Amino acid sequence: MGLLDKEFSDGNIVIAPVEDLFNWARLSSIWQLGFGLACCAIEMMATSMSHYDFDRFGVIPRNTPRQADAIIISGTVTLKMATRIKRLYEQMPAPKYIISMGSCANCGGPYWEHGYHVLKGIDRVIPVDVYVPGCPPRPEALLEGLLKLQDKIRNESLRKKSA
Amino acid sequence: MKNAEEIFNILKDNFGDAVIALDKDTPTEAVITVDPLKIHLVGEFLRTNEDMMFDSLMCLSGVDDANGKKVKDADGTDIIEGGTLSVYYHLHSVSLKHKITLKVSAPREDAKVESVENVWKCADWHEREAFDLVGIKFLNHPDLRRIMMPYDWEEGSHPLRKDYKNPEFYQGMKVPY
Amino acid sequence: MSLKTETMVLNMGPQHPSTHGVLRLELKIDGELVLDVKPHLGYLHRCFEKHAEAMQYNQVVPYTDRLDYLAAMGNNWGYALAVEKLMGIQVPERVEYIRVIVAELQRIASHQVALGSNAADIGAFTPFLYLFRDREHILSIFEDTCGARMLYNYIWVGGLSHDIHPDFVKKVKEFVSYYKATIIELDNLLSYNKIFIERTANIGVLPLDTAINFGASGPALRGSGIPFDLRRDDPYSIYDRFDFEIPVGKGLQGQVGDCWDRYYVRVREMEQSLRIIEQAIDHIPEGDVQSAIPKRIKPPKGTVYTRIENPRGELGYFIISDGNTNPFRVKVRAPSFVNLEVLGELCKGHLVADVIAILGSIDIVLGEVDR
Repeated sequence: MGLLDKEFSDGNIVIAPVEDLFNWARLSSIWQLGFGLACCAIEMMATSMSHYDFDRFGVIPRNTPRQADAIIISGTVTLKMATRIKRLYEQMPAPKYIISMGSCANCGGPYWEHGYHVLKGIDRVIPVDVYVPGCPPRPEALLEGLLKLQDKIRNESLRKKSA
Repeated sequence: MKNAEEIFNILKDNFGDAVIALDKDTPTEAVITVDPLKIHLVGEFLRTNEDMMFDSLMCLSGVDDANGKKVKDADGTDIIEGGTLSVYYHLHSVSLKHKITLKVSAPREDAKVESVENVWKCADWHEREAFDLVGIKFLNHPDLRRIMMPYDWEEGSHPLRKDYKNPEFYQGMKVPY
Repeated sequence: MSLKTETMVLNMGPQHPSTHGVLRLELKIDGELVLDVKPHLGYLHRCFEKHAEAMQYNQVVPYTDRLDYLAAMGNNWGYALAVEKLMGIQVPERVEYIRVIVAELQRIASHQVALGSNAADIGAFTPFLYLFRDREHILSIFEDTCGARMLYNYIWVGGLSHDIHPDFVKKVKEFVSYYKATIIELDNLLSYNKIFIERTANIGVLPLDTAINFGASGPALRGSGIPFDLRRDDPYSIYDRFDFEIPVGKGLQGQVGDCWDRYYVRVREMEQSLRIIEQAIDHIPEGDVQSAIPKRIKPPKGTVYTRIENPRGELGYFIISDGNTNPFRVKVRAPSFVNLEVLGELCKGHLVADVIAILGSIDIVLGEVDR
């Protein structure tokens, strides 16, 4: 249920919980870190290009982690790269979201058994919000992953979490 | 344009014992075996001699021959002792359009091969890769560091060796699945 | 009084939008002037060669897709050729024709990304959108043919995984006639664009002797003015039946071997690929594409090195067989790996912004640099 779907009779006034307002604002402009790792990065590029147009969901690539809301781990994460990704993640301001795109980022993909230099899943290093399966996932699959992330953000609460 | 036998004979005349053998049994290409400590001289000759003109090094590959003795390690896994590591050089001449494959072999425990970096510049990274993944030391190479694996990867651990064992952890990250 | 200055080290990458992936460049700079470039690789080292040793011959094919992921058809083909040569397999005519057509389509698709990202890196974003629009046509043809958009696993040892789609010929013909007209758009939009020429002409000049000594291949070599193309100079498959030209850098906007020449060679190569497809598409013979696929792949003992002309240059596979069902050793001679080595030479004395233009014009894919 979107914020603006609520019916109102009085001029320009919308009454909504502040949570809804914040979540609505966050989910409609997810700025992703412009960052590609491997094959999936090409599909990610294809998703933001003319045919699939990521922009219509408010996703634009930012080139610095300091201004990014989400990071799409698009491809195989190697041990050498994992430490750098962790640092990028730590540089991002909260709230921050991670989409793990493709089998390699999910679990090591085809490299799970003999990949002596491949990290078997990015979730060993940073927490993941949405996993998108595929090798590589089609652009539609990535779009679906983004919609799932938006759903997740929509239901977030501002209340302090009790452990 | 010369075939492998002619090239072998010319090399034999010029280098004598440094050129060891010609293997014609392989189904697709003949391989000339050369002394690992003379390979840079042979390479320089092949590149500059007017009948050879091998101006391009297509590929340089380090190989673990795994022809040593298999023994059990302390923890029960197989390791290989003795035997050789090899380097294959695939050469091509753009002007004369002929090809040749050279091979050098060096003992596994202390594999030392002369670098051909100052003969063909493109050997630089190929040799670094062979050092990194197979563990062949190239003498007189200007910058012999790891290239693929992290610089702080365990010393003496070379992944493309047949008896390579993966570490359990790297910088706190679990490596096996 | 003279001011004392110091050189400084600037790290570009591994997270950088213009390094085409996860490449790290260590630049030693004096103000804006680049004194030295040291590339650090391995951030995408996916252990291909170890996997190849652990798999059977036909199981390696999907891994070859993931080397140069912009030109997966070429990678499949190079590997298949190597094993076929080792085993002495002759593939049917129909397979040869289909392979040529898909490889040339792949060359166009790959160059489209290369040109687009080269331009986008130095500020011209619009051509990127246009090139990706046209690339989708090729991807949809491939998707019909083998079910995947990017990593196909299509060319197998001895044949193909599937026969072509019934609409394949019609769709390819449509694409050829469409793209022949559209490629002019690219020339007008980018090739003769004044700003683009200013950014690329006379930048990163690669002299011919350096190019050969460094082992450069593909457009990086041809941009320096030598018409060396494996499709003609070391012919494989049925390329000797087709009539095509090999575009070379002529220094039209500056010196021979500059970034603009390398760019322009790629544009003209796309036209030549269209020409080859046109000649081949009407002559695909009938037949079974899987008849020559061996039941059990067990090549004789020996070594083989084959090379093909991939979009980025000479792609070589060196395979050692010990007579078993798994390869003993597979080494990939990746064109980007070798071409990237020359970067240090090219960047010396240029500005930091030019490093981006030069890197884009060499056109690397980190998947095959690091393997």
